[in-house]
Amino acid sequence: MASVWVYAEIGADGPTPASLELLAKARQLGDVAAVVLGPGATDAAASLGEHGAATVYASDDAVYADCLAQPAAHALHALVERHRPDLILFPSSYDARDVAGRLQAKTGSTLMSNATDVVGLDAARTQIAGGTMNVDVALEGPAPKLVLVRPKSFAAEPAGGTAEVVSVEVEIPDELRRARRVERHEEASSGPKLEDARVVIAGGRGLQDASNFPLLDELAGALGNAAVGASRAVVDAGWVPYSYQVGQTGKTVKPDVYLAVGISGALQHVVGMKGAKRIVAINKDADAPIFKLADLGVVGDALKVLPALIAEVKARRG
Amino acid sequence: MQVVVLVKSIPDPSGETKLGPDFLVKREGDGVLDPGDEFAVEAALRLAEASDGEVTAVSMGPAGAGAAIRRALAMGAHRAVHVRDDVLHGADALATARVLAAAIARSPFDAVLAGVESTDGYTGTLPMTVAELLGVPSATFARAIEVADGVARIERQTEGGYDVVECALPGLFTVTASAAEPRFPTLKGIMSAKSKPLEELSLPDLNLSPDDVAPTQRVSAVEAAPQKGAGEVIVDDGSAAARIADLLADAKVI
Repeated sequence: MASVWVYAEIGADGPTPASLELLAKARQLGDVAAVVLGPGATDAAASLGEHGAATVYASDDAVYADCLAQPAAHALHALVERHRPDLILFPSSYDARDVAGRLQAKTGSTLMSNATDVVGLDAARTQIAGGTMNVDVALEGPAPKLVLVRPKSFAAEPAGGTAEVVSVEVEIPDELRRARRVERHEEASSGPKLEDARVVIAGGRGLQDASNFPLLDELAGALGNAAVGASRAVVDAGWVPYSYQVGQTGKTVKPDVYLAVGISGALQHVVGMKGAKRIVAINKDADAPIFKLADLGVVGDALKVLPALIAEVKARRG
Repeated sequence: MQVVVLVKSIPDPSGETKLGPDFLVKREGDGVLDPGDEFAVEAALRLAEASDGEVTAVSMGPAGAGAAIRRALAMGAHRAVHVRDDVLHGADALATARVLAAAIARSPFDAVLAGVESTDGYTGTLPMTVAELLGVPSATFARAIEVADGVARIERQTEGGYDVVECALPGLFTVTASAAEPRFPTLKGIMSAKSKPLEELSLPDLNLSPDDVAPTQRVSAVEAAPQKGAGEVIVDDGSAAARIADLLADAKVI
């Protein structure tokens, strides 16, 4: 039976949702093991087992959290050499992307980014051109095939198993400890998390000025269970922190309603929100690509529509 | 400081993506410097200026990549290396990383800068593969980089905020768009770019064989993704707010 691994990551509440999503897929493809490195790894094993990992390779060593990429890639490579998996699935987080990129140099195997499905041990699928084309990719060359999977491509599902925990004992030499995290800063926002909110209201350049951005917060407040996001353009411009960013290098959201305000619909934004059940777009430019995705598109000035919408929502909610 | 910046020529992002019969993106004619790489060029120039150093732009691409390389030179890079070889047509990220790492390793360097991901392929893993091949530490998603006493201090974006990372040089760093606003080439810069050293290398110059750059991914099929039916587009005449509220009510979120 094929051996399929998941590179699992740890969040505030155990394994990250993306890690559990990958286990659900891995179960369909072969015997499943998870690799989890850093403080909390051993504690995460129970949940990883419940979601389908028969074996969990775990180390609680702080070096994997304190130093960037190199220690994790080194340990993962040592495990790969020893156990020879056929396929490794990685979540598309910053850190996992870095580890996968480094592992590829060591194994000389193929690495596919942005997969939306894994259809076999050597075949995966992605989308290009703003999600208008599905592309099937054959993965060739030496094992293990490495695939970075986009968030929310699969539904996480407990399978009710228990994992055998194998302690990872790999020596990390000093020369792999040269990039160190010395401070951590969280930029917390109030309200529901972007990924969990039923409504996401995202703003872009069409809002014209950072001082107009609070209109989105006001609408979110009027709706309740709504979170505010942003396009990369306004994050880059410093209007809101990076944690607001929806898209390729930001968050992937699948809310019941996505309201794109003054966002043109660049490809890298669209991949983060096109899974929304309904999409509403407000934009001055009738040719903006976002209108091709929208269930309801409004050609108009967001600064006029938003106050009217806030009043309308407040009136209907009584 | 000797700073290397990786630059990629991409088809003009404002144009339509065209696929060839081999399913590869067509790269005919002159490309443009990837807008994401402009931030890396800017960050590289600032590091060099702060240390009386120099910037070398390194690129792999077909003949049409020359325009992107000249742009990096016009912005202020001191010299450029362009690896072009017919064998590299359709090269994947691993092959590209091997080529770029071999080109970089020919000269001593203190820092390698790159964009976070390309605007056309957005694979996002190539810089780390290059770092591993070069055997140097790295930090991705840098929104600020300062260097003092041979150590880079980096603000690295995270999913929920940012980390401060300290990294002994030499190292490789990918920079986000919030790192620094790219400068516009001056007329003087554009003129002087024509006389700056531009080294053109082929695969044998880097001691690489066609086997080293054989693609490991092959597109087996392309099909139109199922799209949901086109929605309705209205011009706001004062009724848009009510229409949006109707949709929110229909979705049971109010």
